[in-house]
Amino acid sequence: MNDKFRTPLKDAIGLGSAKQGLHHFVVQRITAVALLLLVPWFVWTVLRLLHLDAAGAHALVAQPCNAVLLFAFVVAVFWHAQLGLQVVIEDYVHARGMLFVLQLAVKFLCFLGGAACALAILKIALGR
Amino acid sequence: MSANARPLSPHIGIYRWQIQMVTSILHRATGIALAAGTILLVVALLALAAGPEAWDCVAACCRSWFGTILLIGWTWSLAFHWLNGIRHLAQDLGYGFAPATFVRNGWISTIGSLVLTVLVWACVFAQRGGA
Repeated sequence: MNDKFRTPLKDAIGLGSAKQGLHHFVVQRITAVALLLLVPWFVWTVLRLLHLDAAGAHALVAQPCNAVLLFAFVVAVFWHAQLGLQVVIEDYVHARGMLFVLQLAVKFLCFLGGAACALAILKIALGR
Repeated sequence: MSANARPLSPHIGIYRWQIQMVTSILHRATGIALAAGTILLVVALLALAAGPEAWDCVAACCRSWFGTILLIGWTWSLAFHWLNGIRHLAQDLGYGFAPATFVRNGWISTIGSLVLTVLVWACVFAQRGGA
């Protein structure tokens, strides 16, 4: 009976994107611009690794300039990936429980991936 | 996946394929592929930090035919997502919306990504000595 007096507004309140969508949009663009610059450097660096053995690769990544740029690249990559995957999941997954689980999983995995890379870069750069 | 039966927009199956759709779908698909590719980034960096044996193991996997195929796929994904990303950033600034320009830029992203992939892998195979 109550349904007669309910408008769709009731279902929308509290679930909206209000006040957070713009931040997502802006950060996705900021990380995109960062990656626009960092990706060519990353590809160039990976190509330089080709003719190096393990010690040479270690030394190349350990160079302060390379370590800092690689750290920036990793942060931008995982942040950008998390934002992008979040939108993909929002678009295709509409079951509430699954949506919740997947969004958490993507955030956790992206953070763990970024943290693992950051720790590895620090160990390479500071080690020996 | 839909929890409730809602009206659906026309399915992509009814449309004639055109470059605007292709670039949009590929941008998302390559983004997902690149997100999966970050696993290799994590593994490679952890291996480099762990020591020569681990690094040599990762390098051998990358040089195998299976690793090479994956890496070529990720190279193209990165090239496309990067080029098409430039197009998206230009569109965010309000440029490139005239239909003719839109179509032309879509082809630039698509063909340019193939050209970049060939260039990168020409460097790789030249350094590997044809192997």
